[in-house]
Amino acid sequence: MNGPFLQLNPKDNVLVARRLAEAGVDVELPDGLTITLSHPIPLAHKIASRDIASGERILKYGMPIGIATEDIPAGAHVHVHNIRSAYTATYALQDANGQSTEVSK
Amino acid sequence: MTEKFQGYLRADGRKGIRNTIVVAYLVECAHFVATKIAAKFDESDVQVIGFPGCFPNEYAAQMMERLCTHPNVGAVLFVSLGCESFDKVRASTAVSESGRPVDTLIIQRSGGTTKTVEAGRAWVRKTLDEIAKVERAPMGVEDLVIGTICGGSDGTSGISGNPAAGKAFDLLIGEGAACIFEETGEMISCEDIMAERAITPELGEELRAAVQKAERYYDTLGFGSFAAGNAAGGLSTIEEKSLGAYVKSGDNKISGLIKPGDVPPTGGLYLMDVVPDGEVRFGFPNISDNAEIVEMIASGAHVTLFVTGRGSVVGSAISPVIKICANPDTYRALTDDMDVNAGDIIEGKRSIAEVGQEIRDLVVNVAKGAETKSEALGHREFILTYKTFEPIGPSCLPAV
Repeated sequence: MNGPFLQLNPKDNVLVARRLAEAGVDVELPDGLTITLSHPIPLAHKIASRDIASGERILKYGMPIGIATEDIPAGAHVHVHNIRSAYTATYALQDANGQSTEVSK
Repeated sequence: MTEKFQGYLRADGRKGIRNTIVVAYLVECAHFVATKIAAKFDESDVQVIGFPGCFPNEYAAQMMERLCTHPNVGAVLFVSLGCESFDKVRASTAVSESGRPVDTLIIQRSGGTTKTVEAGRAWVRKTLDEIAKVERAPMGVEDLVIGTICGGSDGTSGISGNPAAGKAFDLLIGEGAACIFEETGEMISCEDIMAERAITPELGEELRAAVQKAERYYDTLGFGSFAAGNAAGGLSTIEEKSLGAYVKSGDNKISGLIKPGDVPPTGGLYLMDVVPDGEVRFGFPNISDNAEIVEMIASGAHVTLFVTGRGSVVGSAISPVIKICANPDTYRALTDDMDVNAGDIIEGKRSIAEVGQEIRDLVVNVAKGAETKSEALGHREFILTYKTFEPIGPSCLPAV
């Protein structure tokens, strides 16, 4: 896959930014759908590679990294605001945009 | 064919790659005096370590013994206030029995700050000459213990820096080195895949139990081993951070499970269990990256690989730290502090194998005496806090 995003494992439902991806950039997803980024995605942050339902497991490296806490549309930023750990809470002072976020459990 | 280089031969048969005088304060009240003694010798290898607490702790006592008899250490000067609980006789006896020059200054009996500093400087001056005569002996990669930690992790760590460190571990273990990875609080969700890599089923159960202990421990504390910067750097959960951290173990079978201060008995790959045993008593297992580095060194690490994404500038007392930067943007911002640019992997400029080879070669050069970036800049961070551990079980170490 070319462009600013990497798919680390074919089982994954997220893509990882290999560089800052600006808002407005078109991204071709693994299933062939093309989406336009509504927000900038910083280096190493994730977007959904397909629609993910609330409660679904998030897969990266082919392994579960958490559970969706809301429906996440394809192309949307996947982070502490919409996924949670299946183990222990994540403590985050700021989200990707520098906004303070609640501790998610 | 592995190249040989000259090490410092110690009485216990271990070989060091540095010949450091350690000035060790035994309570925070003696910290300043220890720092003043060492500051006079900034052109020589004289470093300050210490334990801040006034109350006794077996973990701290054992850690100090292991650190002061580390093969990179040539001599030790203990600095005591006088009324603290640290058993300075036990500590100095251990160092003396290891064949190293040792002395203990007690500030309350030495006439206070000025006189203790003078006495300490005189001892260091004399001892520098003495340890310059330490016997040298050829050593190779098979004599090395190498630790790896990650800190200031972000979403790049698990894609570039940690896999490259894992590749370096594979190369070094292939040459006979003992390699140690950590930390069990950042292996949560990896316990099953890790247990399958154990050399015996019994060790596999020990690995699994160590991670489950970490999970319970952090659950009691209310937070995982996860800092605000991890999230800003794109990591969302402890299991995502764990998977990224786990790959720095490389592909070898896991030969053993050790706790801080246990020295690997043979080459191979070891997991360090850093989470205290028993009820939660002293807070977070490791309060910052240097607490992990110190534990690697107490287990004999000659060199520690430190993979960072957000960026760290630290080094360590006693053993050099090689900083591997996973994030290409961070590398550009903090180039002077970084030894290896694993960000090249993210940008498609080099492969994981190429960066892994660079790390392996750098370990050998540092063992030969080359300074790491943090050493050259004078970084000698050190932190030791309260913990408690039970001895490891019989299945934890490989038969020698």
